[in-house]
Amino acid sequence: MKKRQGFRAFFYSQKAAPYVFVMPFILVFVIFFVFPLISTVIMSFQSVLPGQVRFIGLENIKRLNDPEFFQAIKNNLIYTALTLALLIPFPMIFACMLNSKATIGRNFFRSALFVPILTSVVVAGTIFRLIFGELPGALANQIVGLFGMGPFRWRQMQGTVYMILVMLACWRWTGVNILYFLSGLQSIPEELYESASIDGASTIRKFRHITWPMLKPTTIYVLTISIYGGFAMFLESYMLYTNNRSPRGMGLTIIGYLYRQGWEQNNIGYGSAIGLCLLLIVMVINLVQLKFFGLFAKEDK
Amino acid sequence: MNTAAPLPTLKEKPRYTLGTVLRLIFFLLLTFIVLFPLFAIVLASFKPGTELLRTGLNVRWQPEVMSFNNYRLLFEPLESDYMIWFGNSLLITLLQSVLTLIVSAWVGYGFAMYEFRFKNLLFTCVLIIMMVPMEIIMLPLYQEIVGMKIIDTVWGIILPFVAMPLPIFFFRQYLSGLPRDLLDAGRVDGSSEYGIFVRIILPLMTPAFGAMGIFIGMNCWNNFLWPLIVLRTGSKFTLPIGLNTLLTPYGNNYDILVAGSVFAIIPIIILFVCFQKYFIAGMTAGSVKG
Repeated sequence: MKKRQGFRAFFYSQKAAPYVFVMPFILVFVIFFVFPLISTVIMSFQSVLPGQVRFIGLENIKRLNDPEFFQAIKNNLIYTALTLALLIPFPMIFACMLNSKATIGRNFFRSALFVPILTSVVVAGTIFRLIFGELPGALANQIVGLFGMGPFRWRQMQGTVYMILVMLACWRWTGVNILYFLSGLQSIPEELYESASIDGASTIRKFRHITWPMLKPTTIYVLTISIYGGFAMFLESYMLYTNNRSPRGMGLTIIGYLYRQGWEQNNIGYGSAIGLCLLLIVMVINLVQLKFFGLFAKEDK
Repeated sequence: MNTAAPLPTLKEKPRYTLGTVLRLIFFLLLTFIVLFPLFAIVLASFKPGTELLRTGLNVRWQPEVMSFNNYRLLFEPLESDYMIWFGNSLLITLLQSVLTLIVSAWVGYGFAMYEFRFKNLLFTCVLIIMMVPMEIIMLPLYQEIVGMKIIDTVWGIILPFVAMPLPIFFFRQYLSGLPRDLLDAGRVDGSSEYGIFVRIILPLMTPAFGAMGIFIGMNCWNNFLWPLIVLRTGSKFTLPIGLNTLLTPYGNNYDILVAGSVFAIIPIIILFVCFQKYFIAGMTAGSVKG
């Protein structure tokens, strides 16, 4: 009885309180993050079949030397590069235009451009899949038909597959990136522009010497999440083709390949090795980012 | 949070130049292009699925075949499971949002208001979760959920993500702005550490709950991959999973697929129109510091 009271007293003490507060996070972190992460690493070196787990050394890793896997990496690289090239400069310019007081209906346009992200990947993927249908009457074919081209089988050609995926990403994320840049722009003090105007600086010079350097933290943030999103892309391609089955791996991504091996073909060991590989890629990106920009170090202060 | 406020209003009347007009035209065009796919799917939702299958998705206005019939199918239990999926999604979204909000606020408060050993190490762990795509640990996480016998249940969907890093991060930032004297005042009044959180801090957090609640709620409503892995029984499916099952190459379910897709967006659009500033505050939570 006395011991229980002692425990109660400890539980309610100021010393124990912080740990009680962060305890749910510690539990979730250990049980649902650290443990599966370690499992992924271990299973990369195993052959995992029901009731029969064998250690097979580097065999899964050696299997990664596989044209399908390289195709997946290539797809992710091209997709990431294209989304970066489109989803950083254009939202930045749009945000600058929306931030100008002389633009009419700024709040309306900001909201309207944000609407696509409200749709789930399932709905957005369905819409794009139907727009880029193969029938001559499908929307995309009708539009190119106006210029005397087509009809195309959009989802069966490598070039247009990239195009659809990138368009889908731009459609959903332009409005969000505009928001990021707008909130960055609004933290720039107005006086900087005023004094630049007095000095007779042109709009382009103002952008280059005030806006661009002051937006740098936002740009780095958007860059980081875009690279991350590019390498983790999966559901967009999953939705474009029924259940991840794109012809000749045209829409296959790293996670798509992990899903195919780990789930559909039950090669859990090999699937884990693919996951391990993606983990290394993501870690390298994060380390480069931390080393050169120190984003999180700044956030901690 | 400053992003939630509307853009600064005009102090003096601007002069409308040619540039202003061109910019207006440009944004009208851009908005038109962006909203066009949604318009196309809304229009298609009024046409019979056979029409869609025959001609493909287009924006032809065909009053002779258009009707509310597809929407009627959604509400008829004999025709589709749509209402079951809708109900499941609603239930999971509410439960998951409330639990995640409470747990994240609880943890965020611990990080914001106390000094303790391993605090920085633990907070680094919060950031690490944000850096690793969940899909990497998907396979062992699934095995774990099976082992814990919560596969095919709501808990299997909710528990692994109940302490989400972004809300914890957001609540910590939000609470860091509060004076710690509040705690001392509560202690003097005889509240326990947890009583202070419940009675003093929670009421102060309403705006933060609004922003994060909408953000989490939208993510739950649209969540696809993890529920797809956890749920097996058809009667437990959520909206995105149910809609995905309709997307067959034969197109025999297009009536329900298209109308159902439109109907699934409507609740979020309504929330967005009503609580716009919360949406925006939630979305930009990760990018603004302090």
